[in-house]
Amino acid sequence: MRLSVQDHPFDFGHESDHFAVQAGGLGAGAVVTFCGIVRDTADALTAMQIEHYPGMTEKAIAGMMDQAIARWDLADALVIHRHGRLVKGDLIMMVATASRHRANAFAAADFLMDYLKSRAPFWKKELTLQGGAWVEATAQDEAALTRW
Amino acid sequence: MIDVLYFAWVRERIGVPRERLDTTAATVADLVAELAAREDRYALAFSDLASLRVALDQELSSFDASLTGVREVAFFPPMTGG
Repeated sequence: MRLSVQDHPFDFGHESDHFAVQAGGLGAGAVVTFCGIVRDTADALTAMQIEHYPGMTEKAIAGMMDQAIARWDLADALVIHRHGRLVKGDLIMMVATASRHRANAFAAADFLMDYLKSRAPFWKKELTLQGGAWVEATAQDEAALTRW
Repeated sequence: MIDVLYFAWVRERIGVPRERLDTTAATVADLVAELAAREDRYALAFSDLASLRVALDQELSSFDASLTGVREVAFFPPMTGG
């Protein structure tokens, strides 16, 4: 399992490839990857500022990953999440899961995404020429957790 | 002494990212009441507790939780990761 909370960019292709090769070596037969990208919902975004809670962020994500690994019997899991200043098109984060069969890898990736969204201490602020606005958590995001 | 941390708009409203406090508050709610009584910027930040979350020693907690033995309290809005 690997977790990285970082301000610098990551190479999604390289990370995915490396993860898959390693997972194969661990006996996995399926790898699922997900990647989140900064988008411009109002056609006015100059940047996205992502703040986090150093210490708690790592602890919270490691807890989710331990849970996912145990519940879906994963061979391996990877989470990379950026913070700091990003612009439209930048990759914000990625998740990769590896399991014997694909159903578990898909479910575990879906679970990790739902939990990262609402339980990892990150806060996004959208900056436009008019100023900044904190992205608000939605009721759907919270409701998604009840699926698990 | 307890470290109190603020994130996102809570940090912006209060104007500092963290501070060290000498408090006798028994619960998170007591600490919130103590802070809100200090100055308008605190009262404004804590005016709607339903829009706030609290973590004690980096674990998500609740406003009725005890502060006994707690070293770090953090206040922030609902998280928006992913």
